[in-house]
Amino acid sequence: MKKQLNIVVLAKQVPDTRNVGKDAMTPEGTVNRSALPAIFNPEDLNALEMALRIKELAGDAAVHVLTMGPARAADIIRDAMFRGADGGYLLSGREFAGSDTLATSYALSCALRRIAPDLIVAGRQAIDGDTAQVGPQVAEKLGLPQVTYAEEVVKLDENSIVVKRRLDHGTETVECPVPMVLTVNASAPECRPRNARRVMKYKFALTPSEMAAAPDSEAARRAAAKEYLHIVEWSAADVDPDPQQLGLAGSPTKVKKIENVVFQAKESKRLTAADCDISSLMVELIASHTLG
Amino acid sequence: MANFFTDNKDLQFHLRHPMMRKIVELKERGFAEKDLYDFAPQNFEDAMDSYRRVLDIAGEVCGEVIAPNAEGVDHEGPRVVGDRVEYASGTVRNLQAIVDAGLSGMTLPRKYDGLNFPLVCFVMANEMVARADAGFENIWGLQDCAETLNEFASEELKAKYLPWVSAGATCAMDLTEPDAGSDLGAVMLRATWDEGRQTWLLNGVKRFITNGDGDVSLVLARTEEGTTDARGLSMLVYDKRDGGVKVRRIENKLGIKGSPTCELVFTNAPAQLVGDRKMGLIKYVMSLMNAARLGIGAQSVGLCEAAYREALKYAHERAQFGKPIIRFAAVAEMLSNMKAKLQGARALLYETTRFVEIYKQYGHIARERALEADERQEMKFYNRLADGFTPLVKLFSSEYANQLAFDAIQIHGGSGFMKDYACERLYRDARIMNIYEGTSQLQVVAAINAVTKGTFLEQIRRYEEAQYSDAMQPVAAKMRELTAKFEEMNARVETLEKECAGYKDFHARRLVETAGHIIITYLLARQAGESDEYVQSARVFCKLAEAKVAEAHTYVMQSPAEDVELFRSVQNEVL
Repeated sequence: MKKQLNIVVLAKQVPDTRNVGKDAMTPEGTVNRSALPAIFNPEDLNALEMALRIKELAGDAAVHVLTMGPARAADIIRDAMFRGADGGYLLSGREFAGSDTLATSYALSCALRRIAPDLIVAGRQAIDGDTAQVGPQVAEKLGLPQVTYAEEVVKLDENSIVVKRRLDHGTETVECPVPMVLTVNASAPECRPRNARRVMKYKFALTPSEMAAAPDSEAARRAAAKEYLHIVEWSAADVDPDPQQLGLAGSPTKVKKIENVVFQAKESKRLTAADCDISSLMVELIASHTLG
Repeated sequence: MANFFTDNKDLQFHLRHPMMRKIVELKERGFAEKDLYDFAPQNFEDAMDSYRRVLDIAGEVCGEVIAPNAEGVDHEGPRVVGDRVEYASGTVRNLQAIVDAGLSGMTLPRKYDGLNFPLVCFVMANEMVARADAGFENIWGLQDCAETLNEFASEELKAKYLPWVSAGATCAMDLTEPDAGSDLGAVMLRATWDEGRQTWLLNGVKRFITNGDGDVSLVLARTEEGTTDARGLSMLVYDKRDGGVKVRRIENKLGIKGSPTCELVFTNAPAQLVGDRKMGLIKYVMSLMNAARLGIGAQSVGLCEAAYREALKYAHERAQFGKPIIRFAAVAEMLSNMKAKLQGARALLYETTRFVEIYKQYGHIARERALEADERQEMKFYNRLADGFTPLVKLFSSEYANQLAFDAIQIHGGSGFMKDYACERLYRDARIMNIYEGTSQLQVVAAINAVTKGTFLEQIRRYEEAQYSDAMQPVAAKMRELTAKFEEMNARVETLEKECAGYKDFHARRLVETAGHIIITYLLARQAGESDEYVQSARVFCKLAEAKVAEAHTYVMQSPAEDVELFRSVQNEVL
């Protein structure tokens, strides 16, 4: 019998920076997380959709979400379960606080060693940091091959995967052995909506901390009674890390200064709507590689 | 993220109605399935939480998928390719989203993979889908056909068709023919029993069939050879996978262009009998029609919502003479009336839905066990109200959909006449709503009994006896005045009908509309007691009702018996 394909989606709960109000930044120049709604990082939703499609392609497969974050990050695990994921892991604890991409990818890779998936699918980047580093770093740390900017999984068998990638000037189709890491572009298909039956089934899925926070609640009672309502929660100790590589201690990135960039028209130029003016501008822009 | 549920406080208000407790109890049979299905609710709060969550999903699919696709679907429309319907590409994406979100089989029992949701939730989803794209609402809303199968078909047929509908199969009800529109008793499509194949075979033509190429079709056909009236008609179910039906053409329509309206040719198409022979029109189509009328009520309210929002948005954005046009009294008055009609139609829609729901649930329970005497009485009570209120909500909401769409264009001025704004599509889409599933004129025929037999007046008395807030005392007093006028009109019509047959028919619409205006005002006044949000609309609607009832009252009270002849004389006019 073919073994079940084990897929893990790396996801992040992020502040919704697409609708930024005036209190979005603290006076210290960091993101004011309480002022922004916490959402499922958009490209991680594309990654989840790709994982669910791979599951359909493979037949026998399981999709789990792995996220690192505070207790409330369990929300995105539930959201993923509403959309089709089988379950999830929350990596949470003070040891992880202040992680940059290096410390994050280290912590995730420790958890992934324990899970030992066949495929790791991540969004290309998160909208709060825009680094696109975590996916590739995880692959490096686990010694796995990676395909970035994935848009579509074309073919899949036990030993390899064929993926179409989106590049600047077109697409490229590559084949890669599994296990491997995929990072998914926003141009990949959007994630399917939450499903009514799944929402009703999984709405009481909780982490042990959430259950412990309100042990007498109906939700906790319901969650405790059913195995499929248990969201796995791991602390640092559960994934056996080197403490020096975690959190602030493991984060070499230091923010030196933050500046607001205000775009100003320094060398403005007035054009008429005449064809000759427009075509000379086009020539200029092409020559400066702004266009084309 | 656009979400048509979370952005609509009025809809959420109706979901909180106190009668929901009774409805959920009945629908869930005392939560008998709580340990049988992993998604069944354990108690009332759990059920309500699930309804809200699922309506939230429906609201998101409507706001994020269906509404953005609406314009493209309107332009592209469906096509006939090789005797089959090919939907517009946006329609295909909408259907996929509906299947992914699991919004099919909403009211069907769990044993057929349904969500076992109350009708109230289905009507709410229906309304949101219609707000997003009225044409797509037809395709999605036709899942309601499965309710008729659930009510009347054999266990074998239910087991075959209902899980398929829950998985997203689309439906159609094949009733009308070239010579049988409003007069369905004239249906001629033949159903003959084939002894060899042990199946009914359908032969003939159906016309104006919404989503005619759907997966599951309920077909009204003549099983009794030699008959020519309603008593020879039966209801059959046809599975598209069996073949035998071709789409000859689809109509080129004014509106709801995404919804394919088909002409179908049946050639030895196999079909199975639903329920009893000869009961097709008399029993099953009536049930189907009542459900469909409630569906059009929901579709119309959804369209009212869309039209009001388009108009309100534009009136804030558009500046003339140095200020937004909403600051001109004439525009503000139009918008206030639109809002009152929208909220009034919605109040009537959910009041009706609750009546329908309770009597339908007792009907289902009666098939499982004998009803207690008080249950039987309650079922009869709500059945009677539902029969009167269903045509009333269809009449009012579909007329309001047209009025609001008209006003939305008016507020847009010349721009509204252009294809650039959504209001022109709403205007075209609304136009069918007071026509199909029975014209407004036929709704009056269906509702007039509730006037003459006192159903409306009895219910108005119940509303009268309810408690109203201080702010609503003048409104309640005004309604007592209008009710006296209603009784006066009624009495005169009864008397004069005896002198001159046809007098009641002549004034039927005025009577039905008068009852409707009073009922809607009471419903809004009741809501105003629970939430300040409705105080304005209740007052505005009260003014509207007062003017409308005064007009009807004047007309009836000054109408001599000779009026019947006066308006008949046009019948001699021939071009």
